[in-house]
Amino acid sequence: MTLTEERRPASPVRRLTRPDPASRSRGGQRFLLLGLVLASAYSLFPVWWLLVAATKNRTDLYQSNGLWFSGMHLWSNLRQLFTYEHGIFLRWTANSFLYAGVGSLGGTLIALATGYGLARFDFPGRGAVFACVVGSFLVPIALLTLPLYLLFSKIGLVDTPWAMLIPCLINPFSVYLAKVYTESTVPYEILEAARIDGAGELRIFITIVLRMMTTGGATVFLLAFVNTWNAFFLPLTVLRGEENWTLNLGLYNWTGKRLESGVDLTSLVLTGALLSIVPMAVMMVAMRRYWRTGVTLGALK
Amino acid sequence: MVRSQRWKGAAFTVPFQLGFVFLYLIPIGYAVYESLYREHQSGLGLGGATEQFSGLANYRQGLTDSAFLHSVLRVLLFACVQIPVMLLISLLLALFLDALSSRVAGRFRILLLVPYMIPGVVAAIVWINLYSPDVGPLTPLGKVFGLTWNFFAPSMVWPSIGNLLTWHGIGYNMVIIYSALQAVPRELFEAARLDGASEPRIALSIKVPYVRGALVLTGMLSIIQMLQIFNEPALFRNVTPQTVGDSFTPIMVIYNQAFNAGNYHYAAALSVLLALILGLASFLFYRLTAREAD
Repeated sequence: MTLTEERRPASPVRRLTRPDPASRSRGGQRFLLLGLVLASAYSLFPVWWLLVAATKNRTDLYQSNGLWFSGMHLWSNLRQLFTYEHGIFLRWTANSFLYAGVGSLGGTLIALATGYGLARFDFPGRGAVFACVVGSFLVPIALLTLPLYLLFSKIGLVDTPWAMLIPCLINPFSVYLAKVYTESTVPYEILEAARIDGAGELRIFITIVLRMMTTGGATVFLLAFVNTWNAFFLPLTVLRGEENWTLNLGLYNWTGKRLESGVDLTSLVLTGALLSIVPMAVMMVAMRRYWRTGVTLGALK
Repeated sequence: MVRSQRWKGAAFTVPFQLGFVFLYLIPIGYAVYESLYREHQSGLGLGGATEQFSGLANYRQGLTDSAFLHSVLRVLLFACVQIPVMLLISLLLALFLDALSSRVAGRFRILLLVPYMIPGVVAAIVWINLYSPDVGPLTPLGKVFGLTWNFFAPSMVWPSIGNLLTWHGIGYNMVIIYSALQAVPRELFEAARLDGASEPRIALSIKVPYVRGALVLTGMLSIIQMLQIFNEPALFRNVTPQTVGDSFTPIMVIYNQAFNAGNYHYAAALSVLLALILGLASFLFYRLTAREAD
């Protein structure tokens, strides 16, 4: 199993023979560009609309052209958002960061250790563990989340941050990625050399393996973070009181307010939605290199 | 490898194994156990409910429950339309990118991936507002062309959700197909060109067969996701409960049974059934596409 993404730079020949192609006919090239421009416009216009909508006050939101600015009310929208119900939105933001940050960090460490164990040791039961990892990809969320809710409520974990954090610690997909990464980045020879020098297994893992797997670890963390940040069914099921909610859950609740109690929070929802994209965008841009390999690796699942 | 070393290696996987037992195996086992029981009101319903073993009764009920079966059919039918459309667009865009210089392709690839960065719930919120007759720009746009569309009408709700899912998914699927395309040996194209094949012909007869694996994979992932669709319809239900009922998708039926009707036993049986349907659908899809590849 190889990573296409990492393999690409290794074939400079191809790059030289490119711009091959289709491009021989000018018309063909224009057609391709037109198609891509249209597709990009389709991809971007909803984000643009959201950005514009977040800068409008309520009257303009309903009355002005949605695709262009009309007055600059972003700051007052933000102030409203942060002060609504004693700043509950900030609370949700902090919760989302807590669950996604701490949960993914713990989950990534466990996944790296497991991936390393599976990739570099031949112990009895290894096949069974790996079969569990792959088999769990097919288990629907409802089959896990409902009984988890019942079990958590028996031991009093429902409606506490633990109900979100504990499930994040075990992520089979992260384990799968960690195993693939170990196989491609940690050579047996280095482990053998360290053993001959008398290093213990735990020390080898912490000082050598973890360091070699920074890229892989960052990818695993990034994908787990995004996953938890985007989670909806699990928090909806295990979190009841709004002080423990995530951003997603809070925004979902606000969109329902209008029909439920006649309170129109559209303006707050849109500003909040824009803000909840910001951490994703920052993380993805900052870790673009890792993220790309992660996206293509996901393909090997 | 030395024996003790093997066991130390196994020790690295122990935290995961323990967690897996507690967060996967025990919950699944518990769901299966729960699904075999039913609550019975004792006497006049005053003495509280007792649990009684009922065998497969919950499953029999599930297999004849028209709300559940309809939700499964609804989602499967939707999958048969939305997934091919989405994958076809992704494939076309990947082929377009592949035919351009890598510098230009890189720029477009980032633009096309922007929707993938948006959390699913937020994507649904944005599109619901774009569709909204009050704040959305699509309704006035329709008027320019003399169209009066209502995106939340019963006949439009699936196309509306389908467009949202397609918007959200094409970038990701395109990247997977594009990386598969990058692995096609370029010599093949040169040879075909010397034989006088046109570019669309090369795309159709060489590139597409080469990325069949990527298409099968993205198709499979999409089917697994689609059978479990919950977030998007749940958000639509928030604004248009009259068209998106509480039994719109299988997971919504299960959630509703568990948390609104308080019927955990039946909800557990339905989630086991859904897992079986999911396994069966993936297996059939895999067999079908694998046979074609031979």
